[in-house]
Amino acid sequence: MTSIEVKQNQDTACVNLHGVYYRELNTRLAELVNQGVRSLELNNACGQRYIGTSLKGDLKITINGTPGNDLGAFMDGPSITVNGNVQDCCGNTLNNGCIVVHGHGGDIFGMSARGGKLFVRDYVGYRAGIHMKAYQDKKPSLVIGNTAQDFLGEYMAGGVLVVLGLGLGENETHKANFIGTGMHGGVIYMSGKVEEHQLGKEVAIAELDETDWKTLRPLIDEFALHFGYNAEEIAARPFYKLYPKYLRPYGRMYAY
Amino acid sequence: MRDLTRVSNSHSDSKVIDACSLFGMMDTSGGRFSGADLITAIGSMHDRGNGLGGGFSAYGIYPDFADDYAFHIMFLSQQAKTETECFLESSFNLKHKEEVPTRDQQGITNPPIVWRYFASVSPEKCGKFIEEDYVVDRVMYINTCINDAFVFSSGKNMGVFKGVGYPEDIGRFFRLEEYEGYLWTTHGRFPTNTKGWWGGAHPFCLLDWTVVHNGEISSYGINKRFLEQYGYKCTMETDTEVVAYAVDLLMRKHGLSVGMAAKVLAAPLWNQIARLPEHERKIMTTLRQIYGGLLLNGPFTIIVAHTGEMIGMTDRIRLRPMVVGEYRSKLFISSEESAIRLIQPELDKVWLPVGGEPVVGSLQNPIKVQKEATAC
Repeated sequence: MTSIEVKQNQDTACVNLHGVYYRELNTRLAELVNQGVRSLELNNACGQRYIGTSLKGDLKITINGTPGNDLGAFMDGPSITVNGNVQDCCGNTLNNGCIVVHGHGGDIFGMSARGGKLFVRDYVGYRAGIHMKAYQDKKPSLVIGNTAQDFLGEYMAGGVLVVLGLGLGENETHKANFIGTGMHGGVIYMSGKVEEHQLGKEVAIAELDETDWKTLRPLIDEFALHFGYNAEEIAARPFYKLYPKYLRPYGRMYAY
Repeated sequence: MRDLTRVSNSHSDSKVIDACSLFGMMDTSGGRFSGADLITAIGSMHDRGNGLGGGFSAYGIYPDFADDYAFHIMFLSQQAKTETECFLESSFNLKHKEEVPTRDQQGITNPPIVWRYFASVSPEKCGKFIEEDYVVDRVMYINTCINDAFVFSSGKNMGVFKGVGYPEDIGRFFRLEEYEGYLWTTHGRFPTNTKGWWGGAHPFCLLDWTVVHNGEISSYGINKRFLEQYGYKCTMETDTEVVAYAVDLLMRKHGLSVGMAAKVLAAPLWNQIARLPEHERKIMTTLRQIYGGLLLNGPFTIIVAHTGEMIGMTDRIRLRPMVVGEYRSKLFISSEESAIRLIQPELDKVWLPVGGEPVVGSLQNPIKVQKEATAC
């Protein structure tokens, strides 16, 4: 078994992930948190999966490098900052907490999130926000700085998905197709053009009203704070919203 | 009785999670490097595999026999070896033969007898065939008519090394750190819907074409029937071989460009075609009409390689992962970014290509250093 290099100073720990297998790592991180560590710096991350999964409560984690798949899966409380890109399935079924990615995200980013917040500076791969959901006060938010690839918000059932379109030219169109396919809950706020054919059949498009801005503006402010943007400039961009035409699109399919 | 699960299943898994891993690395300036980095990279994705298959392809490794076909053949019996060698003697001009060097490696059990043969073809033996078709015909003969013999690599100045085991163990077993090539691809896990057997591991090879694949070709039946019309025999009992034969047919025999071949294998959807300008619409419609039987359905990421070129692509809606990295003249294609970063921490570019769009590294068109951010 690999011995893990840890430098601990009161409630702060610095962990070297070089050559460390994810299971040993995640066991060790849980031990550190049990000992009262509240701030973790993880260096040389390289493909270790499920970081943050089993950790709870008020805890700050900074990851330098490339963490593995399912970063923060099922996570319940901690805040993760990644200096680098994240791989597939980041924030899988996130319950509570925050993940901030200073880079781009892989496929199925924020899959099935049911609470918490996800911010990614650049773009995300296929199927970001697939089947995000919401219940009463649990309402996940996913904010993407640049753009997304196909099937953004697929089968989305709740929560808020934001695409800021930063970096797109004035008349440049998002390239994603099948946006909101199967969407039946939640809302997508977008800036940057899309054509009708890029949208899923279940999606309608509308302008934002005051209530929408009450949801969107704090997310823009938080995004700007994380990545050093000017929130006013982002908020001044033209936005539109995508919402599901039907809350139960297939409700009658098997009924008679 | 002693509870062995603490030893053999120390994390109390109720099931083994796995998915394929693939990795490709090419120096587009032609610089050669050993297989050691490939073993490290694919080994870092160990958890995606299941130990039932691993393999490598390497280009530029036989400069001393650069103009000869290098046949890698596995035998299950001495009799098969004798019979195959007689057949090779009668079909080719054999220049050199030797056992492929291996070492004892933990995790690798019951390897077959593996030999390699360097041979050229004389025009009189080809008869009515063009040379490559003659070689394909001879390879297909061994694979279908000689029991217990299997040609798993048949190109010039390249070779495939594969078997049952984890890919990093297969790599060490075949001592791949002792070879130097300018283009390597590798794969871990096992052939879809098939028992793990040595010949069935990826890469699949015909002439100098190799394919590694993550996913499942659910259109295997129609692809196989289409290819059989052109004389290809599907002998490996798994889906991926149709990709190797399809690229051989499209690119070598029918002369299609990489871009065109990609549009056959991962054709644009009809509603996308309908939105194209008239000229392109006609081309795409024609391609789909002629090569409809070669459309690959189902999830896939593939890395196709042949002399001087490495091509990575996914299915149209990217149901399997693919990450691409560039560093100076090197191109990396991987299932996970971390595998690239492990051997090349600093990259000039790293991005996720759109589904169905091929990413190509080529000796003829080396990558120039260009540091820029790339969004999709």
